[in-house]
Amino acid sequence: MPKVEFDRERCKGCELCVPVCPKDIVLMDDVINQKGYRVATVREMDKCIGCAMCAMMCPDTVIKVFK
Amino acid sequence: MNVVFERTPALSDRPTHYCPGCTHGIIHRLVAEALDELGVREKAVGVAPVGCAVLAYNYFNCDVQQAAHGRAPAVATGIKRVNADNVVFTYQGDGDLASIGCAEIVHAAARGEKITTIFVNNAIYGMTGGQMAPTTLEGQKTTTSPYGRKIESTGHPIQVSEMLATLPGAVFVERVSVHDVPNIRKAKKAIKKAFEDQLNGQGFGIVELLSTCPTNWGMAPQEALEWLTGNMIPYYPLGNFRSPEEVE
Amino acid sequence: MAKQLMKGNEAIAEAAIKAGCRHFFGYPITPQNELPQYMSRRMPQVDGVFLQAESEVSAINMVYGAAGAGARVMTSSSSPGISLKQEGISYLAGSQLPCVIVNIIRGGPGLGGIQPAQSDYFQATRGGGHGDYRVIVYGPASVQEMVDLTMEAFDVADRYRNPVMILGDGVLGQMMEPVEFHYKPAEGLPAKDWATTGAAGRDPNVINSLSLVAEHLEEHNWRLQDKYKEATEKEQRWELYNCDDAELVLVAYGTTSRIVKSAVNQLREQGIKAGLLRPISLFPFPEKAFAQLPSSVKNFLAVEMSAGQMVDDVRLTVNGATPVHFYGRTAGVIPGPAEIIKKAKEVAGGEK
Repeated sequence: MPKVEFDRERCKGCELCVPVCPKDIVLMDDVINQKGYRVATVREMDKCIGCAMCAMMCPDTVIKVFK
Repeated sequence: MNVVFERTPALSDRPTHYCPGCTHGIIHRLVAEALDELGVREKAVGVAPVGCAVLAYNYFNCDVQQAAHGRAPAVATGIKRVNADNVVFTYQGDGDLASIGCAEIVHAAARGEKITTIFVNNAIYGMTGGQMAPTTLEGQKTTTSPYGRKIESTGHPIQVSEMLATLPGAVFVERVSVHDVPNIRKAKKAIKKAFEDQLNGQGFGIVELLSTCPTNWGMAPQEALEWLTGNMIPYYPLGNFRSPEEVE
Repeated sequence: MAKQLMKGNEAIAEAAIKAGCRHFFGYPITPQNELPQYMSRRMPQVDGVFLQAESEVSAINMVYGAAGAGARVMTSSSSPGISLKQEGISYLAGSQLPCVIVNIIRGGPGLGGIQPAQSDYFQATRGGGHGDYRVIVYGPASVQEMVDLTMEAFDVADRYRNPVMILGDGVLGQMMEPVEFHYKPAEGLPAKDWATTGAAGRDPNVINSLSLVAEHLEEHNWRLQDKYKEATEKEQRWELYNCDDAELVLVAYGTTSRIVKSAVNQLREQGIKAGLLRPISLFPFPEKAFAQLPSSVKNFLAVEMSAGQMVDDVRLTVNGATPVHFYGRTAGVIPGPAEIIKKAKEVAGGEK
């Protein structure tokens, strides 16, 4: 099953990954990382299609994509 | 399960100093991916500018020289003339390339220097605190054009790709943008093509990438992408301006 | 090898090639144009690179790139052009890159003139650009010495990973003298394992002068200072002429020293115990030469083609122990022996 992994300590909370997801499953978590940023995440991972759009848009190589 | 996307080896795992949502990070990744896909990381030599990307030598996992402000094309010329087998690229912002380094970039292109320039145009000086750049748009407010850039007193923004495309030595000139995924894919293709042309010994190549500066534009990252598409692309149209004949 | 008659500017160029320099980046300016012109002829014959840059600023930054890539590289210019190169020289020193820079000095300030001068001494020996750094500087006084010091300059640059400057002027640059070339590479020069040649099978090399943590930058600066201390210990060069019993020692370098030598001879004929101390290395300044002088020395007279620059180093070295006098012509005027003799007699006669 396709999935994404977020390296949450690298995330700067810019949210650029959120609107590009065709399945609309990337969202901002309630968690704040050590740098003080609210991090992006995916909750409904079963809907992920592994398209890597979020990873392509991320300026900080936070996201690793599996398929 | 296969990994379909991860950080490429030519990009170091050091977190960047760039502001949240700054598209420098995307462009760094595209350059690194192009180097890896062409298998040239081990013969690549980058030249870092002065400006936001001054620390680029921390992020590219290849040899790098840090250059004085605007002088990256001259430094790259020195490197390439010593070791013609190296894949030499400069990574420069708009102040570095189009203001203080205008002579260096024009003459490197005129000589057909076999280097590749990654030109990041975000219409502002980022590192020094949001001053007016040579590519700042008419009416755009910056910390040194607080009433908006006035053509009458500060002239017109420089269209670098159009200008360099007039020079026969500039064999590859393309303007791309990184405001969405399809354009990021195109940007990557252009960067890769520019490197390929260098490998084929064809001449000078430049990829101008429209980029955002959410911090100094005073916008949220997503809003900055929209500002780019609505304001920058009309003045800086995307497309290829020069491309060499395909080489056998 | 038989001696050949060569112009100073061309001799420097040939010496560089003999020392393994295969990259030259320059920009036209009088009175040094024979040097790049010669390079443009010779470099293609030895598979080297001659490139006429768009400016002195670009030329010195091409030198930076080539030096960082591990090559022996040279640029040449004259005073206004050397001012433009100062940005790059500071970066070269900060990034610890070796190169050889030739300054065939002309009168200044500003656009000045094109006649010979020594008024860039401060700029050359004090670093010249921004920051706490020094350039190793040689002041040859003959065409043969231009050859020998140019060759040595490449070795010294590599040894210290630092720019080395050759100071000449229009007289030396245009003068024709018989020269011969004997280059034997110095032994034990460090490998250039820091050069950016592509990170194949090793960690990336970075050529850089940026350091945002003040303590780190200070540490780097102290390392640079250690190099200059070592150079001060090992690289001082000078000539003493008629100094064994001298009461008046004239101090002069380069073109001026040739005139002063003839003035010293005439002073001796007139019964004045004059000698010449000729600095060959200008940074490091040859302090050791002063320590070798006899106790008979009552006065120093620095003679320069400037309003008084090297004389400061003489004063710093002598440190008040002996009176230091100055005679100079500036802006491209060359002092003649008669005026130097007149001043020398004033000084010798005016002793307390």
